[in-house]
Amino acid sequence: MEKFTTHTGRAVPLRRSNVDTDQIIPAHWLKKVTRSGFEDGLFEAWRKDEDFVLNRPERQGASVLVAGPEFGTGSSREHAVWALQNYGFQAVISSRFADIFRGNSLKNGLLTVVLPQETVERLWELVEADPAAEITVDLEAREVRAEGVTASFELDDNVRWRLLNGLDDISITLQNEGDIAAFEATRPSFKPRTLPVA
Amino acid sequence: MGRTLAEKVWDDHVVRRAEGEPDLLFIDLHLLHEVTSPQAFDGLRLAGRKVRRTDLTIATEDHNTPTLDIDKPIADPVSKVQLETLRKNAAEFGVRIHSLGDVEQGVVHVVGPQLGLTQPGTTVVCGDSHTSTHGAFGALAFGIGTSQVEHVLATQTLPLAPFRTMAITVEGELPEGVTAKDLILAIIAKIGTGGGQGYVLEYRGSAIRSLSMEARMTICNMSIEAGARAGMIAPDDTTFEYLKGRPHAPEGEDWDAAVAYWRTLTTDEDAVFDAEVFIDANSLTPFVTWGTNPGQGAPLGANVPNPEDFEDPQERIAAENALKYMGLEAGTPLREVSVDAVFVGSCTNGRIEDLRAAADILDGRQVAEGVRMLVVPGSVRVALQAVEEGLDKVFTAAGAEWRHAGCSMCLGMNPDQLAPGERCASTSNRNFEGRQGKGGRTHLVSPQVAAATAVLGRLASPSDLSDRVSVEA
Repeated sequence: MEKFTTHTGRAVPLRRSNVDTDQIIPAHWLKKVTRSGFEDGLFEAWRKDEDFVLNRPERQGASVLVAGPEFGTGSSREHAVWALQNYGFQAVISSRFADIFRGNSLKNGLLTVVLPQETVERLWELVEADPAAEITVDLEAREVRAEGVTASFELDDNVRWRLLNGLDDISITLQNEGDIAAFEATRPSFKPRTLPVA
Repeated sequence: MGRTLAEKVWDDHVVRRAEGEPDLLFIDLHLLHEVTSPQAFDGLRLAGRKVRRTDLTIATEDHNTPTLDIDKPIADPVSKVQLETLRKNAAEFGVRIHSLGDVEQGVVHVVGPQLGLTQPGTTVVCGDSHTSTHGAFGALAFGIGTSQVEHVLATQTLPLAPFRTMAITVEGELPEGVTAKDLILAIIAKIGTGGGQGYVLEYRGSAIRSLSMEARMTICNMSIEAGARAGMIAPDDTTFEYLKGRPHAPEGEDWDAAVAYWRTLTTDEDAVFDAEVFIDANSLTPFVTWGTNPGQGAPLGANVPNPEDFEDPQERIAAENALKYMGLEAGTPLREVSVDAVFVGSCTNGRIEDLRAAADILDGRQVAEGVRMLVVPGSVRVALQAVEEGLDKVFTAAGAEWRHAGCSMCLGMNPDQLAPGERCASTSNRNFEGRQGKGGRTHLVSPQVAAATAVLGRLASPSDLSDRVSVEA
């Protein structure tokens, strides 16, 4: 996983609630068997409208998405996170994220930041008034900063540590392989198996 | 203090607990399908890792599979590659797979329970949000992303953040013609698409206890539509009866030991839930969605709502956008909304009881002129059972299309899709924009409402059918 420490960039205001994973990356894109090449599928249906915020010239190169509540609801597709990253987003700010999407984002180094809706509204107003305005998402300080806005955010200590260091979850778990083997040895015999016992 | 069902199952799977770390949980059953697994297997290969427990892992093909001409090569080359990739990965890593054409093939959440692999008190995961379905057995079951799929393949465990618990108590009796689907749609409309966020829901109360296993699966399936981590129902005699004799159910002494353990899996009297919701089953009626998220629903007898009536500004904007996308006018009676297509199937409502319910209504009736109806069994086993009962004949005689098993029109990944602007009454789980095909418009309904809608060509319940043959509602 890529490390995330701090990031500063221009933003895209997405004034919509319940942006579901089918909007972020439609199902027909999920046939790909790689983690890359999803950028053109990001918000594919909405991007057909030339007035859609992502299509505006002043939003090109933006890397922070400021979205409405319940962002990422729906399916478990990690492709939604890959699509946002492939497009160039490094962080997403919303007042509420769907659980699975949030988990997926933090496992890929896409920082999802929860801020109160009124702070999201202020960020929307700021970047709508001035498309060149930059937002800093500082994981070390657990703070979002922009002109006139300084907002601290919460993130689980363990998740933050893994992100700051770009650590691989599987390697960390396998350090405790002995615990897994010990647990396996105590499982009751009535537990289901998909294969005949060898 | 007593513990809830969810807490008991969680505690029984903790491999490692340490200060400042998430609990590491053991996973009893890992289900795989072709869409969310290829990048996970790639990850294993890159790191030189194996699948730790092939005996707790099983794969099926469902999302990409066509429901017509399944004996011919798959027409879409990209779908074909994805299915072949799963087959190659299963062979390379020694994972059991049920491919298209296999008698155990089907939608992953239909296959697990029918094989008896989904059991009370187990932890079940799959790279698929509707894994919550398996909670109907008192399993702690939830959808995971591809990074977590790789983690489970490599370690058979997952580090997991703690959850909160919510009791959803449904007392009373569902009125005639009101189904588990109507109930879960009403629950989601009440608590909202984010209402369950961070919670494991436990459905309880007399109305839940009287439901069949298949109806319970319909309820738990859509827990994710309320944003929940998982949904569960305590196992009881209905659960044990369903499981007994299934291919992977325990036998002999193991069965007795299992049932003795399963009987302990109820929420203790003195346990405290973090949140509670109460629903009166007697007050429910058939429920349909009018918008573009599963929380935007209303009783079938209601009108399309006016966005201005929503106090919350975000909800108002969402309703405005939804009506625009859905091509609906505020104030229109939902019963006057005509449809182009009807879909019966999916992991929500693709089981034998669902097909029986739809066939009951279609028997001796005709699908309305200009309406296309697809009936898609959730698995090959369900299809075989339906054929044995003659349901396929009822569907085709009524003018519906009887298809092969798969996810089909639930999502736009295979040839079964809506055309732009087409409107569909669907027994699936998501009415998101474009979910059933680009520009398609989805109304989520029960199998009974789907069948009645097919006959009248507009949203309807069985009670709207005048030439009643066999069903009262």
